[in-house]
Amino acid sequence: MKYTVNEQGYYGDFGGAYIPEMLYPNVEELRQQYQKIIGDAGFKSEFDQLLKDYVGRPSPLYLAKRLSEKYGANIFLKREDLNHTGSHKINNAIGQILLAQRLGKKRIIAETGAGQHGVATATVCALMGMQCVVYMGEIDMERQAPNVARMKMLGATVVPATSGSKTLKDATNEAMRDWIGNPVDTHYIIGSVVGPYPYPEMVAQFQSIISLETKKQLLEQTGKELPEYVLACVGGGSNAMGMFYHFLDDEQVKLIAVEAAGKGVNSGHSAATSVLGREGILHGSRTILMQTDDGQVVEPYSISAGLDYPGIGPQHAHLHKIQRAQYVNITDDESLQAGLLLSQLEGIIPAIESAHAFAYLEKMKFEKSDNVVVCLSGRGDKDLSTYIKHFGF
Amino acid sequence: MNRLNQLFEKKKNNLLSVYFTAGYPELNTTLNIAEALEKAGADFLEIGFPYSDPVADGPTIQHSSQKALDNGMNLNLLFEQLADLRKRVSIPVLLMGYVNPMVQYGVERFCAKAAEVGVDGVIVPDLPMYEYEMLYQGCFAKYELSNIFLVTPQTAEARIRKIDELSNSFIYLLSSASVTGHNLQVSDATETYFQRIKDMQLKNPTVIGFGIGDQATYQKATAYANGAIVGSAFVKLLGTPGYMEKIPEFIKSIRG
Repeated sequence: MKYTVNEQGYYGDFGGAYIPEMLYPNVEELRQQYQKIIGDAGFKSEFDQLLKDYVGRPSPLYLAKRLSEKYGANIFLKREDLNHTGSHKINNAIGQILLAQRLGKKRIIAETGAGQHGVATATVCALMGMQCVVYMGEIDMERQAPNVARMKMLGATVVPATSGSKTLKDATNEAMRDWIGNPVDTHYIIGSVVGPYPYPEMVAQFQSIISLETKKQLLEQTGKELPEYVLACVGGGSNAMGMFYHFLDDEQVKLIAVEAAGKGVNSGHSAATSVLGREGILHGSRTILMQTDDGQVVEPYSISAGLDYPGIGPQHAHLHKIQRAQYVNITDDESLQAGLLLSQLEGIIPAIESAHAFAYLEKMKFEKSDNVVVCLSGRGDKDLSTYIKHFGF
Repeated sequence: MNRLNQLFEKKKNNLLSVYFTAGYPELNTTLNIAEALEKAGADFLEIGFPYSDPVADGPTIQHSSQKALDNGMNLNLLFEQLADLRKRVSIPVLLMGYVNPMVQYGVERFCAKAAEVGVDGVIVPDLPMYEYEMLYQGCFAKYELSNIFLVTPQTAEARIRKIDELSNSFIYLLSSASVTGHNLQVSDATETYFQRIKDMQLKNPTVIGFGIGDQATYQKATAYANGAIVGSAFVKLLGTPGYMEKIPEFIKSIRG
């Protein structure tokens, strides 16, 4: 495929593995093993079985009639919110736990922002009887309290990250430190298409089930495999990468990645990385990064805990640079309004992350015959308190 | 031959290096601390240029980096402060930090500036070996800067050999798999690791760092390597009142 990774772990100018020596053996072991393991027939069959019977895949592709009427196009929702644990994160967590088992690891660590990846990881650890430690920013623990409770109930230890902005970026730093200190028995389940190679590629492959199913379902429902537009929200970008993956080489499909503008791109409270960032290195890969002139990482902001990350995955950085995908942004308010609209038009309360993707429909112009797929990456239960606070329900 | 090579030529054992973060605890104390450390008997120095997301560091050094950034430290300012380095300090000096600030500054420009102020080497833990080899080795050579690689208990022998081949001053042995600031616990496994490296007869001298903070750990480290590096323990001292006056006593407490 034209847009995937090269042998050195780069997507064009982005990617690589910028890690301290302490992590080199772990990352190198993964690099050497992961393709072999996930290409194995036994792995594939166990992965597929769990996705089907445990996660509930294939997730439906739902033609949202009232939304379609409003926007004058055929709007399809890829229902990742219906997966077990409520988001796309479980696809990758299942893949990585099976990988960790085959690597002989006994202990799992993870980072989480909104808590969805933490819940997914805690879930698969419970399923497989593995010890689980999840790092989460102190601020995120407050705003995503139900997910913290879920993780604890599933048997995970949740460790607050108290440095920096006390959000996802800092949770990632803490998880990396844990991995440095536990190089032999521990696997780090990174939750997005970020981190040193091979993580971005591996996570994208596990999430590519989203676009694989979409193509098949579109063909069944419309007689055409390819839509005109595909939309997904982007923090680190794992649901978007999964949603784009099998459409990357279909150049006629317009790919739209929606970032969080927060309180406005130029407000100083934003996570619109592709606009505010420039090339840099964070968490092990060269990508596009929000940073000062001196190369210090700028604290991002979004009402959505899952989107306030200062970088994007390296493959996204590449797709942005070569303009294969269009990177746009949506404010907190716009996303909340879109969440309310979807709730009231379709009876589906989306995660605020996913609501960013829906909000962008307002800014697009469609032909009546256009098929548009939006990745509904997660459900909004975890965000109810934010919705309540905003709308005063 | 740069100052580091001269040092290792002259002194084979019991070398002591001290790390501190530029701009911590106060913005303009970098050279004062460096000067005091030389007077107190340190053999060489590592000056950290702070980074917002230092994943290889523990809480003590991370805190010092954040405080230094809050104080206003950046690479431009650090190089300005180091303009008088060689008027005040004669021992070898290394800069230590992370790859993103160096890349944003421009690697060639960074090397040129480091050489201009009299820096002898650079330690950048997250700069990949292959990238150094492909892109930067020539630049480092041009400015006579040493690039220091880290080795951990998990580093495979072939990789250590490669590191030895690419190094031209010393190799930084991590005492254990950890971030900075953990106390060195010498176990059978650690001793086996130190001995394994010693038996490899590397062409470059080795210096042990991470977890060295008192006389006992310093002595253990220098029994296996040419020297030891003290970081977090010294940075902790810098966080206490009257730290400048305490520097000679601190160095004495390590050396014994």
